[in-house]
Amino acid sequence: MAITLSGDQAIPGPPLSSRLTPAQVWGIVLLAPYLLVFLAFVVYPVCYGLWLARAPSNYVALYNDPIFARAAVNTLIFLVIGINIKMLIALFLSGFFAQQRTWIKWLSVIFILPWAVPSIPTILSVRFMLNPEWGMINHYIFSLTGDDGPNWLNDPTVALTMAIAVHIWKSLPFWTLILITGRLAISHDLFEAAEVDGASWWQKFRYITWPSMQTLYVTCTLLSMIWTLGDFNSVYLLTGGGPADLTHVLATLGIRYLRLDQLSLAMASIVCAMPFVLPLVYFMMKRLSR
Amino acid sequence: MKLPSLRDVATEARLLLIGIPVFLWTMIPIYHMFLFAISPKEDAFSGKLWPDHPTLHNFEIVFKQQHYFLRDFYIQFWNSTVIAVSVGVLTLFIATAAAFSISRLKVPGGRTVLNLALFTYFIPAAFLAVPMYRTMGNYGLLNNHWSLILAMVTIASPYAIWVLKQASDKLPVELDEAAVMDGATTLQIFRLVYLPLMMPSLVAIGTYAVLLAWNEYLYAFLLLSNDREITLPVALGNFLAADDSPWELLMTTGFIYALPPAAVYYAFRRYMVGGLTAGAVKS
Repeated sequence: MAITLSGDQAIPGPPLSSRLTPAQVWGIVLLAPYLLVFLAFVVYPVCYGLWLARAPSNYVALYNDPIFARAAVNTLIFLVIGINIKMLIALFLSGFFAQQRTWIKWLSVIFILPWAVPSIPTILSVRFMLNPEWGMINHYIFSLTGDDGPNWLNDPTVALTMAIAVHIWKSLPFWTLILITGRLAISHDLFEAAEVDGASWWQKFRYITWPSMQTLYVTCTLLSMIWTLGDFNSVYLLTGGGPADLTHVLATLGIRYLRLDQLSLAMASIVCAMPFVLPLVYFMMKRLSR
Repeated sequence: MKLPSLRDVATEARLLLIGIPVFLWTMIPIYHMFLFAISPKEDAFSGKLWPDHPTLHNFEIVFKQQHYFLRDFYIQFWNSTVIAVSVGVLTLFIATAAAFSISRLKVPGGRTVLNLALFTYFIPAAFLAVPMYRTMGNYGLLNNHWSLILAMVTIASPYAIWVLKQASDKLPVELDEAAVMDGATTLQIFRLVYLPLMMPSLVAIGTYAVLLAWNEYLYAFLLLSNDREITLPVALGNFLAADDSPWELLMTTGFIYALPPAAVYYAFRRYMVGGLTAGAVKS
């Protein structure tokens, strides 16, 4: 309602209306709500945050904080290893789900569940499964072997691996779905022709599927890497950054500093991630805004 | 009907060899949650794949709010609902207006705004959370539902604008021109021509925004803290604060919390898959 009012006021203004057509005035009025949100909740916080992180002493403090170095390495492992494994599985499964079978259709409906349900209860469910004393997994290890199972989340390597697994569990369906769309867009004639020529499974993938999907695949991988930088839930809800703050990633580390009331350190840790984030963002924007 | 050849059987077996692990991988965490929800407390930790005495008692405890952790269950459910719906409505309003302005009215600077929105879309939300938390404090909105609503609208609208702009570009320009010839005003074009044609995309984007807000944990737990103001996911996270937290009740509440988004997702899957995946990644 407020928008309509300001629109009515804008039209009679002499200097504006002489230069702008009514459609353009409406254009500005309709764009205004988003611009307000953008200024109030993106521009202002970002500038304010950068201002808070301006002192060089913050970066010295970060450099001297072993948790920061560990979180940076964990983030790299998460992105470089975790995402590539996820995307390779997604690429493989997109071929599986592109098969025309009724049971595969049904399976694909179930397969999307991790993406459709909220992550909190399912991550907590995994956390309970991994509980060393009461969890389902160690219960079975005990009844099968008579030995106590490992204390899963108490070992930083295993805990980080589990966090990556949880991340893959949650987002694999989404990327598989997108790669399926890419695969189905390939003309079927190509495969039939290859079939006639007696091409092997690998040759069909190498010379038909991959060339038509590589752009999509690379775009998806980069996009997934950018988003995974912000994956707070998989780590925080599974390990809480522990044991001994050894499984933090940059997303959870920022929040940890925030909870410790070290806001300038939190911002500084995010600023440190920017040299990696911004080139990826720039590249993605060039790709998507054509 | 001819009998399947040996080759067909081998292919089918190979597909099953992939399909069965995929099924187990997908279902185990969800089934585990369901199993806890229908198990009495004694059975929950026995490691059985199906409880000896399946029961709905846990659901009864949750719905009657008969546990310390659950005493505000209904109000938290309500908070989640109000916030999700508000985010959906506000995002739709802001994004549709912006997309119409950029795509149909060709407002000067529209391209720049779109690029700024796209840029915001790519900045990981967990990074924006830190300055956002402080900003909400400066605005005096902490512990107020508006802080979460506005934060989620900020996060949801860039993608919404982008998808809606792509969809608007596909509508023929002749429609607008014909309407202008007939003497329609800009608002009439928006209401009578644009909105009806955009309906499928609007449904997809509305659903996207509602689900995003309903599922959000990080922002909710940063911005809201009072027990009667928090949303369900924050309440679920709070269960973990205690060492003796009742897992079976946590899983039951989690199961109830997970049902609405799953139902919405499957109900609108037709729109979601077409409308969102097409926009998510353009090759």
